[in-house]
Amino acid sequence: MADPAIGVHGLVKRFGPVVALDGIDLAVQAGTVLGLLGPNGAGKTTAVRILTTILPPDAGQASVLGLDVVRNAQDVRAAIGLAGQYAAVDENLTGRENLRLIGQLTHQPRRAIAPRAEELLDRFGMATAAGRPVRTYSGGMRRRLDLAAALVHRPPVLFLDEPTTGLDPNGRSDLWTLIGELVADGTTVLLTTQYLEEADRLADRIVVVDRGRIIAEGTAIQLKASLGSTVVEIRVADPADARRAAARLQPFASTDVLDGRRTLAVKVPDQGPAVQEVIRLLDADAIVTESLAIREPTLDDVFLELTGHRASPGPGVNHGSTS
Amino acid sequence: MTALTDAVAVAKRNIIGMIRRPQLLGFVTIQPVLFVLMFRYVFGGSIRIPGVSYTNYLMAGIFVTTVLFGAQNTAIGMAEDLHHGLLERFRSLVMARSAVLAGRVLADAVRNLFVIVLMLGVGYLVGFRLHTSLAALVAATGMLLLFGFAMSWVTALLGLAAKSAEAAAAAALPLTVLLTFPSSAFLLTGSLPGPLRAYADHQPLTATVNTVRPLLLGGPTASYAAAAVIWCLGIVAVFAPLSVLRYRRTALGRARHRP
Repeated sequence: MADPAIGVHGLVKRFGPVVALDGIDLAVQAGTVLGLLGPNGAGKTTAVRILTTILPPDAGQASVLGLDVVRNAQDVRAAIGLAGQYAAVDENLTGRENLRLIGQLTHQPRRAIAPRAEELLDRFGMATAAGRPVRTYSGGMRRRLDLAAALVHRPPVLFLDEPTTGLDPNGRSDLWTLIGELVADGTTVLLTTQYLEEADRLADRIVVVDRGRIIAEGTAIQLKASLGSTVVEIRVADPADARRAAARLQPFASTDVLDGRRTLAVKVPDQGPAVQEVIRLLDADAIVTESLAIREPTLDDVFLELTGHRASPGPGVNHGSTS
Repeated sequence: MTALTDAVAVAKRNIIGMIRRPQLLGFVTIQPVLFVLMFRYVFGGSIRIPGVSYTNYLMAGIFVTTVLFGAQNTAIGMAEDLHHGLLERFRSLVMARSAVLAGRVLADAVRNLFVIVLMLGVGYLVGFRLHTSLAALVAATGMLLLFGFAMSWVTALLGLAAKSAEAAAAAALPLTVLLTFPSSAFLLTGSLPGPLRAYADHQPLTATVNTVRPLLLGGPTASYAAAAVIWCLGIVAVFAPLSVLRYRRTALGRARHRP
């Protein structure tokens, strides 16, 4: 196998008493997308910061295109683009001025700077907004500009740190399309996300991180197969019924009694016969359901399965907020 | 070479940012104009300076304090860049590491030159007249830019250390007041009580004002000029390395808060 485009070995980073990364290994082959999936505080952003030369690691080694991120930091910077959840563009500059500034600061040939900015503005559907200061942009437009800014110098390796966190479904879907096009062009991408759906949609391989450690990895299909691809959520009137149902279904599928003790999450391998079997088993025990819903597994399900604790505090997946 | 072009690119961006935010531009232009009008027409009648009209006396103080007030923008701008994540993007680019701070200080020099010219115009409107030569005016401008350069490093450090842009502005204010009022900018320090007078006579703003004033109105400058230049270079020698150090550390420390 060829040298990976991004290689990480035994990466450790501490902030005082907090261990942000506790020995991470990664290998991303050129032209592929790796999804780093995990909740807030898992160490995803710290890993991206080290790989983009912003932070030095405490131990371990990281390289991009064979270049060490500490010893060859300047060469690494020339080869990478970074776009993040914080949409680091200048509010007071226009979209066009932002892209030209990045063109200058990445030392592009003087004559190529303006045309490259226009090309990206066109491609990202921002031509009409290009002359307005960024502070007038919507969240989705800022994110697109942020991504465009990361591409000004045509980097072969791209780091996307939670590219759609906080965006509405339209903005998210727009950005997914753009990222998909970049990948089709052969860019190597390392993407961090809190959304299983996003990793599933964009990434060739997924690495699940929690508290600075890798807890699972594989393709989306492999992960789903090991976790159950479908979750049946059953709500009953009486907590005693929930316990009874859990006992009844346990030999057949993995179950968790959720908050309030009246809801069961049952992981099954498919949406057809397996669901029918769940219903048949409940019926046989005369357990009456208040509601029954079938859904895709969320990051919460993945975490509950892999770690026994929830990805985010409180019920359900904490969409959006990061701090 | 690229360090210089990078700094110029960042400076250009800072200047555009200043022009596009009327509240910041207003702060550096309207405030000194108000100062000119207040001191000229409100206090001017009750302040007697032997041998010189108060308007002529006042303007040296106005020039120096204008430059000082402008330096507050540096604190606000640095804090904003830091907290909006822009510094982080800059760190992932091939651009020269020095360009962020150098570009900030360079933009400040351009802003200072602009407000000096503006205040010269305002001064002429209220009766100020240059009593020396063009060469002396250029020397005075040079002194003002050096003082502004020194102050930029102090406020850059404040901006990098502050938790927000508002906190940065709040931190810069006492510095501004403590340098502006107990000084020779608008008064003769002889009228101040003992300890305050000792402080006023031996602080950098007084030294700068006392250098600029004779360059505009005539009289000996040499002893004050030496003190002013030593003050400014001393401040740069202390605060420039501290700012650079803080700049390097800040981005690293921030990871703690944004895992």
